[in-house]
Amino acid sequence: MTQEPRAGYWLLVGILTAVVALGLFAWIIQLRDGKVVGGYTKDSFWGVYIANFITIIGVSYGGAVVSAILRLTGAGWRAPLTRIAEATAVVTVFVGALCIIPSVGQPARMLEFFYRPNLSSPLIWDSLAILTYGFATLVFFYLPLIPDLVEARKTMGAKAGRLRRLLWEKLSWGWQGGKAQRHLLHRSVGLLAIMIIPLAVSVHSVLAWAFAVSSTRPWWSESLWAPYFVVAALYSGVALVILSVAMLRRMFHLEPFITERHFVRLSYILATLGALYLYLTVADFLPGAYHGQPATLAVFRALLVGSYAPWFWLVVVMGLALPLLIVAMPRTRHTGWIVFAAACINVTFWIKRVLMVVVPATYNTITGTLAPYHFTWVSVSITLGAMAAIPLLLLILFRFVPILSVTEIEEVEEKAGAVAGGGEAVGKSITAAAQAPVPAKAS
Amino acid sequence: MATLTPPPHDRGPAAAPQPPAGPPPRPDAGAGLPGDGRKQFGRRTFLSYLGAMGLGAAAASRIDLVPYRAVDAGHAVKAGAKHQWCMILDLRYCDGCKACTAACQQAHYLPKDQEWIKVYKLQSAAGQTYHLPRPCMMCEDPPCQAVCPVGATFRTDEGLVLIDQNVCIGCRTCMAACPYEARYFNGSKPPPAPRQPFKQNAEWPVPQIEGTVGKCVWCAARLPHGMLPACVAGCPMGVIYIGDLTTDVAVNGQGKLIRIAKFLRENGAVRLKEELGTHPRVYYIPGYGQDLNASSAISG
Ligand code: SF4
Ligand code: SF4
Repeated sequence: MTQEPRAGYWLLVGILTAVVALGLFAWIIQLRDGKVVGGYTKDSFWGVYIANFITIIGVSYGGAVVSAILRLTGAGWRAPLTRIAEATAVVTVFVGALCIIPSVGQPARMLEFFYRPNLSSPLIWDSLAILTYGFATLVFFYLPLIPDLVEARKTMGAKAGRLRRLLWEKLSWGWQGGKAQRHLLHRSVGLLAIMIIPLAVSVHSVLAWAFAVSSTRPWWSESLWAPYFVVAALYSGVALVILSVAMLRRMFHLEPFITERHFVRLSYILATLGALYLYLTVADFLPGAYHGQPATLAVFRALLVGSYAPWFWLVVVMGLALPLLIVAMPRTRHTGWIVFAAACINVTFWIKRVLMVVVPATYNTITGTLAPYHFTWVSVSITLGAMAAIPLLLLILFRFVPILSVTEIEEVEEKAGAVAGGGEAVGKSITAAAQAPVPAKAS
Repeated sequence: MATLTPPPHDRGPAAAPQPPAGPPPRPDAGAGLPGDGRKQFGRRTFLSYLGAMGLGAAAASRIDLVPYRAVDAGHAVKAGAKHQWCMILDLRYCDGCKACTAACQQAHYLPKDQEWIKVYKLQSAAGQTYHLPRPCMMCEDPPCQAVCPVGATFRTDEGLVLIDQNVCIGCRTCMAACPYEARYFNGSKPPPAPRQPFKQNAEWPVPQIEGTVGKCVWCAARLPHGMLPACVAGCPMGVIYIGDLTTDVAVNGQGKLIRIAKFLRENGAVRLKEELGTHPRVYYIPGYGQDLNASSAISG
């Protein structure tokens, strides 16, 4: 059902809109004055915009795969989460893809990708993968939504307003909820859940391979990078799902449906991926640091002990060690702490991506030296704008589509009921919620 | 100007520089790759060797005897092309005055931070300082072209790698791919240039277009008319030669003519980063036995 939001909703929407507007303003300034105001120098051909692109496309992947895996393993507790995870995937792939625009020098010419592609360029495959994946996430979000649209129209009635009722009617394509229809829907969602995993893996692998265009740029052509990207994406993606769930739970009074239990289970997934990423980080650095090939060593030295070391170790401590500890210790394994860990991960993994892009990009392959990289108010504003666009779009989206997958929750309940002969607490509240869109108790 | 052992030479244009008693010519006349070239067996090199052996190349009874340029001959010369441009930089005479850079920037109306031919001051492993002017290498297998998503970078039949700035989207992937740091992005408005006799094009990219990538073009628009590139004409030391592989003749700004194959062979020519398999069209004559591929920077 679509919930009426709490009072803080409009305040939050207002703030986020302001930040997005600032980002757009900065982008216009950059269009007017050239890329130099965005921090471009002759020593750093790529920078923070590419890092934003990877970060945001990456988190999208987490949402899609979490939802897919939970569906495939038939995890019963997933029901109130999948919609939010899928929506996060859609919103972030959209914002992420847009993030490439401030990076290119002639954005108006980007349509050339379609009418004069050079198939030997990794960028063409990149954009193809992202478009395919973006479309798939959209379908993956939309299909399970259909029965809920009908449901929402029924329960909300005239209260929903003309616009929403019309939208729901158009988008539900004459869904009746018959046996054949349900069967078809189940099969297609199941199929999509299987397909979206290799698709998401391919997107992030191709993204990593786009950095392997030159064997002389250290670090970028490590063979580990594709899986490294994939795991980073999953890890930060799960963290973002936790953040979106926390935000939407608060804004739309979902506390009765999404409980600490959900956060704890998501945090287990988080910890598994975090441990894997920690291992890959060691695997990424150890051989290169050991053989000490000059170019690799210059970059690794800057990262591990040199000028970038504070940032690098911040990522290791705040982005990996701390979250792992929080999940490991029963004392901190609670909603508040888990959300804090997720926030740390999202921030530090953006920093990690900046390091991954900037350090090899500022390496001069003739002189073997590193040049400094600078942020400017323009590049910072565009980055903040892009980041703010994610929660903003989520908040707006869930004014128009039901935030919980009512039908799915009911199905899971039915199954659980058949097995155990009784529903859980969620089971009772769901019926209540179907009648009263605003739960009486909202803490 | 920290050249430790400046070669004796006369700067007057009448007496063109003569090679000093540099490294002695190799004993076997058709020496293979100079230096430790034999160990650097690039992908194309390998195929070319196979091709050369398969055809039973007359001169080559041993791989060592494949003349330097023949390694690349297979894909260097396109049938029907009138010229195959190449460049030779005789580092023995370069004193790092950067006159080439200035001449280039003036000719192309470039901003100061775009040094299409950039003079690096480097130190050899033995501690000697030397200067390395770096134009675009006009790679025969250019990585910059392969990665360009929209085909803005292309290679002409005459072996020039050029950018169509009316197509380039400014993604800068080519800058990531170029192993020689030869490319520059126009991050702001280029300096004003007077009206040119013809429209901005890949061979004469004047003025630069903001938001696109530019690089050294070997003054492609001048070459067919027998005019020297700006840097070649501008070098007071006669370091830079522009040559045509089809006629085997190269010339420098002092008007000195050389037979390319012989000159390269006798003076132990090398190419930068041979091991990458990019097959540069720029040959360097190292002055004092320095290994150009293993030097550290003093300033760049
Ligand atoms: S910056 Fe221009 S020339 Fe370079 S890869 Fe992109 S489109 Fe091609
Ligand atoms: S030197 Fe760089 S820009 Fe020039 S052709 Fe080779 S890869 Fe391309």
